[in-house]
Amino acid sequence: MTAAVPVSDATLAEVALTRGEYELACRGLGRVPTEVELGVIGAMWSEHCGYKTSKPLLARLPVSGARVLQGPGENAGAVDIGGGLACVFKIESHNHPSAIEPYQGAATGVGGILRDVFTMGARPVALLDSLRFGPFDEPAQRHLLDGVVAGIGGYGNCIGVPTVGGEIYFDESYRHNCLVNAMCVGVIEQSKLTRAAAAGPGNLVLLVGADTGRDGIHGATFASVELNEASSERRPAVQVGNPFLEKCLMEVCVTLAGDPRIVAMQDLGAAGLTSSSAELAHRGGCGIEMDVSRISRRERGMTPYEVMLSESQERMLLVVRPQDAASVQVEFDRWDLHSDVIGTVTDTGRLVVSDGGAVVCDLPLDLLIDDVPLRHPEALRPAGLDEALSVDPFAMTPPWSMGETLLRLIGSPNIGSRRSIFRRYDHQVGDDTVVLPGGDAALLRVRGTAGAIALTTDGNARYAALDPRRGAAIAVCEAARNVVAVGATPVAVTNCLNFGNPEKPEVFWQLSEAVEGMREACLALGVPVVSGNVSLYNDTEGVSIDPTTVIGMVGHLEDLERRCAAGFGQDGDSVLLVGPVGMDLGGSEYQRLAHGVNAGPRPTLDLDLERRVQSAVLEMIAAGLLSSCHDLAEGGLAVALAESCILGGRGAQLSERLFALGAPVVQAGLLFGESQSRFLASSAATGVGAVRAIARRHDVDVRELGTTGGDRVTVIDVFDLALIELARAHAAALMPAR
Amino acid sequence: MRFGIAVFPGTWSDGDCARAVEVLGHQSVRLWHRDGDLQGSDCVILPGGFAYGDHLRTGAVARFAPLMDSVQEFAAAGGLVLGICNGFQILCEAHLLPGALTRNASLEFRCETTWLRVETVDTPFTRDCERDGVLAIPVSHGEGRFVADPSTLDRLEAEHRVAFRYVARDGSAVGEASPNGSMRDIAGIVSEGRNVLGMMPHPERAAEPLLGSDDGMHIFRSVVEAVAKRTAFTVAP
Repeated sequence: MTAAVPVSDATLAEVALTRGEYELACRGLGRVPTEVELGVIGAMWSEHCGYKTSKPLLARLPVSGARVLQGPGENAGAVDIGGGLACVFKIESHNHPSAIEPYQGAATGVGGILRDVFTMGARPVALLDSLRFGPFDEPAQRHLLDGVVAGIGGYGNCIGVPTVGGEIYFDESYRHNCLVNAMCVGVIEQSKLTRAAAAGPGNLVLLVGADTGRDGIHGATFASVELNEASSERRPAVQVGNPFLEKCLMEVCVTLAGDPRIVAMQDLGAAGLTSSSAELAHRGGCGIEMDVSRISRRERGMTPYEVMLSESQERMLLVVRPQDAASVQVEFDRWDLHSDVIGTVTDTGRLVVSDGGAVVCDLPLDLLIDDVPLRHPEALRPAGLDEALSVDPFAMTPPWSMGETLLRLIGSPNIGSRRSIFRRYDHQVGDDTVVLPGGDAALLRVRGTAGAIALTTDGNARYAALDPRRGAAIAVCEAARNVVAVGATPVAVTNCLNFGNPEKPEVFWQLSEAVEGMREACLALGVPVVSGNVSLYNDTEGVSIDPTTVIGMVGHLEDLERRCAAGFGQDGDSVLLVGPVGMDLGGSEYQRLAHGVNAGPRPTLDLDLERRVQSAVLEMIAAGLLSSCHDLAEGGLAVALAESCILGGRGAQLSERLFALGAPVVQAGLLFGESQSRFLASSAATGVGAVRAIARRHDVDVRELGTTGGDRVTVIDVFDLALIELARAHAAALMPAR
Repeated sequence: MRFGIAVFPGTWSDGDCARAVEVLGHQSVRLWHRDGDLQGSDCVILPGGFAYGDHLRTGAVARFAPLMDSVQEFAAAGGLVLGICNGFQILCEAHLLPGALTRNASLEFRCETTWLRVETVDTPFTRDCERDGVLAIPVSHGEGRFVADPSTLDRLEAEHRVAFRYVARDGSAVGEASPNGSMRDIAGIVSEGRNVLGMMPHPERAAEPLLGSDDGMHIFRSVVEAVAKRTAFTVAP
């Protein structure tokens, strides 16, 4: 054992431990930790690895269901999608690195989430990205956007996994803390699902893939503190990605899935070898012994401390039986990948690290994982909230005519076309993308079955800023509506909780409320949470981001032929509003654009109504009654109408007189209000009766608004716009003048 | 007939090409970059991807793969070689085709549907197409801008070796809408012997109406017919 180091405040700050936590570690260990041990404890007890603040909250989420094959606790969740296949998926944040170094931050975020999925043996089939930046008109934000988009593309395009969807919002709240959440979805035969639980003392531990370098040391602890002016000096804590290496690694891992020679696989993510080896051993109730001198290095002179905490990318741990090691190594040699036998599985329940002969770390795994000191911060409802909620949106007169408002909204950065972004991503490789980006949810056919999976991410933080519980519940509902709109049944959720510093009572209150909102909505819609990630400390100079719950959802469509598109499909169809007429202007995009505020009552949400509306729509699509279906979201009914026209390449005339009644602000409420639980559908006139019958059975309103066709988009006596004009504004939204 | 599909480390459209061949009802085998055995292939496809991580330059390392020695011999003997995207880049580096593929004029990666006008049907890859017909086929690349010196370009045109040109949907000149700014809007060319085709767009992604277009099948079908008939390929008068 090397000599213990006297611990200074500076050292504790480096490993992000409080002195109280340090003393707790000493007591649990019965002695003072060595330098390496201190680094290991700091990483394992960080928010990023140990979830010390969020763990008690996350325990409230529903995690089981008939289709759940793997809930939280593994590298990714997995659900049954029929035909003996599993869909494996997870979302993860890479916010802090992206704020410092947008290209590599985003690229390695993609690399990390891909590994989480192929570690389970599944071949990644799709990527989605949920992004948040400050205002689009600020050059600094466009620089970040450009770097992040280039990084996502640079990694995803190179590795040959299509980026099929996601979302982008721009808001002041993210000016200093951009958010980059990446979701990966894979497919595998259920019998081949590979777990990350070590077993069999005496089995060998292989480290495969990239060499280990000094990059990314303290990445996990870096992600668990606030950003400040000095953060850019932490650029060395940002890793550098090598998608080529990962592509090779992926091919081998996918090939080895289900192979009896593989006892367990675990990727190296945050806190590198430290967390991966500890979790691998702990999951299997084993221990692990490693010799860091056997690890291939990228540079000379690395200390055991650096090797254990390096976050060099594109690395995996494998557990194999001794007699199989050589033959497994041959598989990696074929792809010119390193594989080093670095240790063995033990039955001691301890993480033992040596450097040649000398033991430099010997810690009980229970201490590292089960005994993470949980924090139970104080929760306090923010003082200014009541004031914001009491604002009356109907007291603010609309500045523009309804037609001009629609043109401005459809051309605004938060609503306009994302084409300039997604054309920079390969969204087609794999030849399974049936619904390309731009619709409600992406739809990918599942080979070997008649079905498809629907994928989406959602998370409107404007509602959550006013009411984090309602906001999180709406994020779940909105994601489910996107899935339903293409005809798929929502199956399960992965989530990424992006919040500020939870040591602030107001932030902890937001976090706690958001988890509760997510819980309520998931229970109401019957969608369990199977994986997720928490990103806290999204603060700069003491200012927190708006509470941002990003929901990634997977839906399943039994029969690909029974899918539905968002664009109006044919002329002469009836345009239908399925769900209530509403006028919730609080928290709307209209309010942001017209009045520059986010205030007033947030949209109402009746979870039972939401469930009924979704069931009704699914039944209508399954019966083949709808020629289009689009979810109502930001910008409300009028924006959904414009989008269905643009996507379908045909206009629509709404003869419903309701919209022309009332004062302009009432018209704005009806047209641009963001009331929940609604879809804009179209159906052949002959099918409307059957649509109504289904709606009645589910106790859901259907209102016939008008007819599709022509080259104009019209609401009688309110506005009459040329489709081409709307399409141009929509297309130009994210095209900055060069 | 049998298609051989090359697999370099970093290749990713081998699966899509195999699928397109399968849709046509034909067989394919994968050709590993380290092996020189073409396994009796009637046509070798060099598919899209980032062979060897595109290190140094796209295709620059791949041309030295043992497999490429066999492909060179195969091509010299008149064998059919179809290079798609990264495969086109490799063919240029290997001097099986003239010119080079450089960074897109936009300096950005582009994945979108393009429209290609068929400039010649007198190749084994386009014989099933209509002359001047327009095919909807997606591109997906960051370095697809075809460049060559003026005399090479003139020669390609004179010898009717430009197989495809980017056009607007209605067949008119593509202008500003070019996905990559290629010289003379060139999307694909054939070798002097007309048995090697390089093209940036991905015909294997246009293999089924479900995915938006099956125009790419004209190219695979042409190959099947050509192999079946073993026709002599000559320059159109």
